[in-house]
Amino acid sequence: MTAPDPARDDDAGRHPAAETTPPAEATADGSPGDATVPPGAAVPRQRDGDPQSDGEPQGERDGIGEVVLRLDGVVKTFPGVRALDGVQLEVRAGEVHCLLGQNGAGKSTLIKVLAGVHHADEGTVTWLGESFAPASPQAAMRAGIATIYQELDLVDDLSVAENAFLGHEESRGGFLRRRSTASRTRQILARLGHDHISPRRLVRSLPAAGKQIVSMARALSHDARLIVMDEPSAVLAHDEVENLFRIIRELTSHGIAVIYISHRLEEIRDIGDRVTVLKDGRTTAANLPARSTPTRELVSRMTGRTIEYVFPPREAKTGTTPLLEVDGLTRAGEFADASLTVKAGEIVGIAGLVGSGRSELLETIFGARRADSGTVTLNGKRITTIGGAVKAGMGMAPEERKSQALLLDEPIYRNMTLATFAGFARGGFTDAGKERSAAAQTAESLELRPRDVSRPVRTLSGGNQQKVVVGRWLLGGTKLLLLDEPTRGVDVGARAELYQVIQDLAAGGVGVLLVSSEVPEVLGLADRVLVMREGHLIHEAPASEIDEATVLDLVMAGSLMEGEPA
Amino acid sequence: MTDQTTKASLPAQSPPVESPPPGKRRSPSDWFKGDGAEPLRRNLGLIGVLVVLVIIGAVTRPELYGDATWVKNNTFTILQQASAIGVVTVGMTFVIIGGGIDLSVGAIIAVAGVWSTTLATQSYGTLGMIFTAIVVGIVVGLINGVLISYGRLVPFIATLAMMVAARGVAAQISGKQTQVSANTTINDIASTRPLGIPLLVYILALVVAAGWVLLNRTTFGRRTVAVGGNPEAARLAGINVKFHTVLLYALSGLCCGIAAIMLTSQATSAQAAMANLYELDAIAAAIIGGTLLSGGRGTIIGALFGVLVFSTITNLFAINNLSTEAQNMVKGGIIVAAVLVQQFRFRSLTQLLGRKPVS
Repeated sequence: MTAPDPARDDDAGRHPAAETTPPAEATADGSPGDATVPPGAAVPRQRDGDPQSDGEPQGERDGIGEVVLRLDGVVKTFPGVRALDGVQLEVRAGEVHCLLGQNGAGKSTLIKVLAGVHHADEGTVTWLGESFAPASPQAAMRAGIATIYQELDLVDDLSVAENAFLGHEESRGGFLRRRSTASRTRQILARLGHDHISPRRLVRSLPAAGKQIVSMARALSHDARLIVMDEPSAVLAHDEVENLFRIIRELTSHGIAVIYISHRLEEIRDIGDRVTVLKDGRTTAANLPARSTPTRELVSRMTGRTIEYVFPPREAKTGTTPLLEVDGLTRAGEFADASLTVKAGEIVGIAGLVGSGRSELLETIFGARRADSGTVTLNGKRITTIGGAVKAGMGMAPEERKSQALLLDEPIYRNMTLATFAGFARGGFTDAGKERSAAAQTAESLELRPRDVSRPVRTLSGGNQQKVVVGRWLLGGTKLLLLDEPTRGVDVGARAELYQVIQDLAAGGVGVLLVSSEVPEVLGLADRVLVMREGHLIHEAPASEIDEATVLDLVMAGSLMEGEPA
Repeated sequence: MTDQTTKASLPAQSPPVESPPPGKRRSPSDWFKGDGAEPLRRNLGLIGVLVVLVIIGAVTRPELYGDATWVKNNTFTILQQASAIGVVTVGMTFVIIGGGIDLSVGAIIAVAGVWSTTLATQSYGTLGMIFTAIVVGIVVGLINGVLISYGRLVPFIATLAMMVAARGVAAQISGKQTQVSANTTINDIASTRPLGIPLLVYILALVVAAGWVLLNRTTFGRRTVAVGGNPEAARLAGINVKFHTVLLYALSGLCCGIAAIMLTSQATSAQAAMANLYELDAIAAAIIGGTLLSGGRGTIIGALFGVLVFSTITNLFAINNLSTEAQNMVKGGIIVAAVLVQQFRFRSLTQLLGRKPVS
């Protein structure tokens, strides 16, 4: 795992700008990207001998042609972070090249460099034998590189044909040539094996799989020769994935190259030709054969602790009786039959991918979503609503801090007392003085910067904003804290502080239920680890008895692999 | 609330208690930078507009402005004209800060006014009429709120529908006739002048003061800002967002009920077409007073200044015998200009005082 990549894999599509590390804190806390690796050192680390770099991949299909895309030593820095730190990548015509790496490994940043959203600071990108530096996403499209993002960028209220040709509409004298556009779209859809989708249909009315087809139709309308797919299967049901693979095979048989990103190893085995593994913004293995490389090797290339995860030492003083009991909690389509307990003073971590249902589970425990079945009890009290949860002593720091937790223009103290201001009030009249001094005390104990609690929250760095959210629940004497991705968008220095805060809380007897897509974070913080995959809690173990590779394997493949990983 | 936003930029380490360090004398500039002058600072733009309007009046009709008695009476006329719309604007400001909009205020006034002046209601006497107007206002507001919160209608659509429907109800009740109020107590409200100041102005002052306290000093006000500023954050902090939204529209309805009595008293009658386009004036006044249309921020004092600017313009045109058409054109211009000035003022003043802008 790696420094906080500003373009984190799971949310980059949604908030490209919002997640960049605030420069102010980066400098204040000693810039983490400061490890200034000289450009020359940015060579892929190839441990355990050479990973068959340019060798003939085993089980290679016919039709894989010459190299179309080559990246060499590509570096991309954001304020405080080196998101890409010397990436090597080679893609051949007609192949499905899989990109593997944990959250924050730099996959999203890499895609955005190819798509013309970001520009590489160093290194070379060669596309069809020529140096390639697209000035804009349009330029990349015109050059023949199309990107299909996880969050599909379609206009819901336009038709299939209008979406396919969005930005390069066919027209004559300013008037759209609707009939010819429709017939060209129909041809493309037929090529994709989906001629049953009418070009005139509104995209809004299509299911997720259909929308993906439209995205691909758009790529083909540009005559793309390389299609980058960012976790295309994440939004699809099982049988739809099969269909997606059929289309990918059809595309590659015509010499189109595909870069395929997925966390699911079985898919990579199924559709992939070669695999490149990224870790901490570097290529750790290139061009491994997708079918025959052992899982253990792939996982070991992705893992390994880095200096960014420094967990303060801690002795768990866990209570004996469960504080939180969740029994058979189910929400159709999100998660099923989830049961877990958290004791006072215990930190329980849930590891899982985006879309595994972990955030939904947390929100349902908090009463923010209504459970279809199952029960949540805190200290023996049934919890069904947020109001009840808060009253019983539960607090949550939600996943999207800015949009779900904070009043950005309001001062720190008012954000901290958002859940408790009524308690400070007398007869309905608020007591700003009391609120301020209580908030100031909490700010002190959390080492909030700045200490002045009348500053608007907007001016704070991500880490300090998160402290405000945590502080909100501390003020209310919360007994159980639910943390959803507590360090998202938080830079390295502030992370360690947050870890300390969380551990101090637990030491003070607060139960913590933590969700994170960063496996080392879960392992380093939690006493007990639950693994969630596709809506099910599939594994539970004390943190001391499970390692990163095992968790990753469970998260991605759903089964324990044999033997101990490297 | 902007109130706190600006406080927020006070020099660091401002103590929790909002008093100056003891033993230190305050210069006028200190006072200007302090919390007490906050409403003045924030509304400098609108105060400027008001001053300009008065100067225009004095320049165009110097003979009138030379007469002190006339100036006093004219000031009361302006305030009296601002009274009913001012009360409505207070309610509107709450709704807008809470993330909504109420297009039905004019229509609610009509229903409340007409209902409280039917012969049957008038037979219950003064209190019966006041009670009816206020209850009708609150009930219609509650219907708005329930439709929006629990029926999940967009506020714009729900209150637009109510605007049309409530005018229909008012026309139905009144049989499209002007209903004359025979109640002298009600009719005298508009003409009574305790201590020489019109009673309507006292009512406006009372509602504005109550609105300010409610917004800035109570849990209700805090919830309003939270619900409008970030409904999801408010919900996840345990605030009952839907219920609070209902209360906001009921509050707006209550203000309409009060305004209905004030207008009935002024005209000594009520009719289905009364308070026409009040929704637009109230929204415009709130917005030029610094309330964010997207919710989460706004001030009662600013809204009051917004109302005063409008009634001063109306007055300016009346004393110059100019047409309402020209007046409306100028009003539109003023809305744009006032908002531009507000933005400019905020930026330049924060720089002037060496403070960090909020964003």
